[in-house]
Amino acid sequence: MLDSLYQEIILDHYRNPRNFGSIENPQVIARFDNPSCGDEIEVQVVLNDAQCVCEIKFQGRGCAISQASASMMTEAIQGKHVDEVKTLIEGFQGFMMGQDCLEDDFDDLEALEGVRKFPVRIKCATLAWTALSHILKEVKAKE
Amino acid sequence: MNNLALKYRQDFPLLKQEVYGKPLVYLDNAATSQKPTSVLKAVDYYYCNDNANIHRGLYALSERATQAYESVRDKVSKFIGATSSQEIIFTSGTTESINLVAHSWGRKNLSSNDAILLTEMEHHSNLVPWHLLREQIGFQIKFIPVTAEGSLDLSQLEELLKNVKLVSLNHMSNVLGTINDVKKVAELAHQAGALVLVDGAQSVAHMPVDMKVLDCDFYAFSGHKMCAPTGCGVLWAKKNILEEMGPFLGGGEMIHQVFLDHSTYAEVPNRFEAGTMNIAQVVGLGAAIDYLSEIGMDKIFAYEQYLLELATEKLQKIEGLSIFGQAPHKGAVISFLLDQVHPHDLATILDQEGIAIRAGHHCAQPLMRKFDLISTARASFYFYNMPEEIDVLVQGLEKAKEMFAYVR
Repeated sequence: MLDSLYQEIILDHYRNPRNFGSIENPQVIARFDNPSCGDEIEVQVVLNDAQCVCEIKFQGRGCAISQASASMMTEAIQGKHVDEVKTLIEGFQGFMMGQDCLEDDFDDLEALEGVRKFPVRIKCATLAWTALSHILKEVKAKE
Repeated sequence: MNNLALKYRQDFPLLKQEVYGKPLVYLDNAATSQKPTSVLKAVDYYYCNDNANIHRGLYALSERATQAYESVRDKVSKFIGATSSQEIIFTSGTTESINLVAHSWGRKNLSSNDAILLTEMEHHSNLVPWHLLREQIGFQIKFIPVTAEGSLDLSQLEELLKNVKLVSLNHMSNVLGTINDVKKVAELAHQAGALVLVDGAQSVAHMPVDMKVLDCDFYAFSGHKMCAPTGCGVLWAKKNILEEMGPFLGGGEMIHQVFLDHSTYAEVPNRFEAGTMNIAQVVGLGAAIDYLSEIGMDKIFAYEQYLLELATEKLQKIEGLSIFGQAPHKGAVISFLLDQVHPHDLATILDQEGIAIRAGHHCAQPLMRKFDLISTARASFYFYNMPEEIDVLVQGLEKAKEMFAYVR
């Protein structure tokens, strides 16, 4: 069971997170923390005129699951239109809740399937995604 | 060393189980303790034989229930060295006890020109009630700093005590394990004219405490950390202070007379026990006190000191492990960090080995923030833990390290 949770690809994203850090001039920033464990995350995004993600970075502190999920998320939504991002967020949240429909865009994220066997850890996997959904809300509000 | 677990572990039915096919190793005793058969039986017996509402029924059953409940007041009083059982107020736990003081003593005695003194190592339950009260009254909150090793820095205490009306601190930190010198703090506080509230949630269950020796003014603790059921706790306070305090919750049982437009209040301690209390849980607390007293709190403390030394020595040998909280006087609570492995991942991995530890901020976020941490892992022991369980923990930690190690 543990092997399904801590697959090598997850540990790789944890040790070498992609798109980690901050953007010089971020367009939208969202911070989110999990009050029950104290883990925190900040996601920064720059959108182009066509409302596609042209730059995304995250920073924060957290467990292997939250950090790997954030890292994978930044890769999955790179270049995507905000509407596609919204679909991806909903897809990922559904995936964590047990739905098995996965889109091609999920890439490495499928490795997080093992988290579903550990209900208390699902919040770790969705931490960055919740921050991202706050970003989308802000983008919509600005429109 | 007198291995108490050999003799007493069998009294705890829950500890006999397996988790994921491995024997349960329960190391989250700072969060809550397990319950011995005698406590479970006492609660069961109460509901099967004596259950009635207390203080008001004029029939045999109610008299027995009242007797069962009130006899625990005497037991608590003797257990903590109070002067009188009238100084014992039953609450739902430490949190309610502290809130009671904030509400009933704080509102009456604190004003916007006053200050209270807390410490940087308090549990949220000894911070938030004061934040809430300050919103209404507007006093200053000062803090006794924590040193790098995890002790209270009392060097500036006299200066800090200026203008302070109340000092509120824990007897033992739930994160660092530090046992604070509350007797010394009380001495200096009293010289400065301040009262002292001690949060004894982590101490009463693990060491002998005597109110006459500590000479504080309020002492709060929970039943569930000392083998009793959840939902029962105690506020002890000096009787003359209690008598000057107004009620906390209003309702049945805490009154003398009620009119349509006003009420007069009962004497101490009933004034602070509104509504139907957690009678069965209090009865369980009585059985827990009997059980612990029979073992002997001094023996429990000595055995846990042995477990603490052994665990500290073995954990320190693990490369990449650092212990958070190195005060010279500690209880059997060890917070630690393991390089490369986040505490939550550690807790999940250990859980698969049957080991229950805590990971997180332990409801002490200001302390964690001071040391630039967001979480630690924590193993906390009780007298029913066996030395062998420390070895199982060490093996689990080695496994976690291996799992997270770089593959080159």
